[in-house]
Amino acid sequence: MRNFNALNLAREALRGHKGWGQQWRNPEPKKQYDIIIVGAGGHGLGTAYYLAKEHGLKNIAVLEKGWLGGGNTGRNTTIIRSNYLYDESAGLYDHAVKLWEGLTHELNYNVMFSQRGVMMLAHSVSDVQLAQRHIHANRLNGVDNEWLTPQQAKDFCPPINISKDSRYPVLGAALQRRGGVARHDAVAWGYARQASAMGVDIIQNCEVTGINRAPSGEVTGVETTKGTIGAKQVGVVAAGHTSVLMEMAGIQMPLESFPLQALVSEPVKPVFPCVVMSNAVHAYISQSDKGELVIGGGTDSYVSYSQTGSMHMLQETLDSIIELYPMFNRMKMLRTWGGVVDVTPDRSPIIGMTPVKGLYVNCGWGTGGFKATPGSANVFAHTIAKDEPHKINAGFTLDRFRNGRLIDEAAAAAVAH
Amino acid sequence: MLLINCPYCEDDRPELEFANAGEAHIHRPKDMADMSDEAFEAMFFIRDNPKGVILERWRHAHGCGRFFNAVRHTVSDKFLKTYMAGEPRPSDDEITELMK
Repeated sequence: MRNFNALNLAREALRGHKGWGQQWRNPEPKKQYDIIIVGAGGHGLGTAYYLAKEHGLKNIAVLEKGWLGGGNTGRNTTIIRSNYLYDESAGLYDHAVKLWEGLTHELNYNVMFSQRGVMMLAHSVSDVQLAQRHIHANRLNGVDNEWLTPQQAKDFCPPINISKDSRYPVLGAALQRRGGVARHDAVAWGYARQASAMGVDIIQNCEVTGINRAPSGEVTGVETTKGTIGAKQVGVVAAGHTSVLMEMAGIQMPLESFPLQALVSEPVKPVFPCVVMSNAVHAYISQSDKGELVIGGGTDSYVSYSQTGSMHMLQETLDSIIELYPMFNRMKMLRTWGGVVDVTPDRSPIIGMTPVKGLYVNCGWGTGGFKATPGSANVFAHTIAKDEPHKINAGFTLDRFRNGRLIDEAAAAAVAH
Repeated sequence: MLLINCPYCEDDRPELEFANAGEAHIHRPKDMADMSDEAFEAMFFIRDNPKGVILERWRHAHGCGRFFNAVRHTVSDKFLKTYMAGEPRPSDDEITELMK
């Protein structure tokens, strides 16, 4: 791997950029690893990276049934924020934001993290009260969040319609200035490149079809479409397919997999300076560096692995977008797509141990996993390396649905997020 | 948009008229306070999340208003069968037959 720096860039410019080489190796699987991570999305690749970087473990494979970063890592709307209500969530998501702030330098790969601010709109008295409560809770947890009047919101984001006659009048907004967006593919590629350079084998087109266990119960490896691969520890980071994989180890998960759709418009000149979300209306929007408006909404209502969803969900989302930003009412939409998101009953993730020795799971990120990528990967690597949770993910256990210690962000936000 | 056959209205209607109501055939005991934590978790939180055939409830919210059950494949999203609430769960053999 060659570092990206001014000297190498100048050298490569003089010889037609022929010397960069491949960014990661493409090895055949070995017979045995110490640790196998199932799923080469941002969370999985990041886990392998932190295992190698912070815990000195090198004999690691990341198995991916498709191509690297081709699941929800490549399908989300790239929004990053940490303004969650509960202490556990604030701790986890803000850990991620702090890592995002240094990630480009750490990975020597431009993840294009842009802290352009995430603004959440309030449209009713109860929205205002909820937003104020969030702001106070966030500030007590050291997470920046501030209240804007409708005019201040308009000044921060000029395209917004703050007319009192609007169908969804803007009564104010909560703004997290440290929030923003990043380039989703670059996150997967950056982690893959560094992990591979430290000796991690990233094996694509290798679907896990079974989880092998010893008679005494502990994990001994996995069955794959490229044969049996042994491992002492297996971490499942497979988003929408987590239920399917955990079933192979006899564990039923408190998860449901729903379609989540998003869409982008035709590219236009810079017009939208930040990220704006609305929980009540449930539409969110930002503008990519290419100029496309990136738009997302809520999940479809039924369990599906089809990676598509119903047309009316997109229509509802766009109805809201046009009402809030009338200037976009003649924009053409360029592409729509769907992903499979794994949703927990309390809308908080599960990161930790399982009843099976040597098997760990990181799942349940629902509709908002991208923002947590570095934080999730960092604490999951700690959990696997030490065989116990990091204090940041100590509350995000699988057994909280048995002992009742929920982290109920579902109730806090009133929508999946 | 899914086309869903309401077994009460006996008609294919667009998904817009319906509300999904989660997994079907979950038995909710009358004496929940007496349940063990494990049994409560299994009843309340653990859900069938198959990549394949799912048995689920729908409500014809903007139609007759009634709940019914459906057999659907979660990869193709194709409905294999809908049947009225209270009818028995289709047997594995019947589901295999429906998938042909």
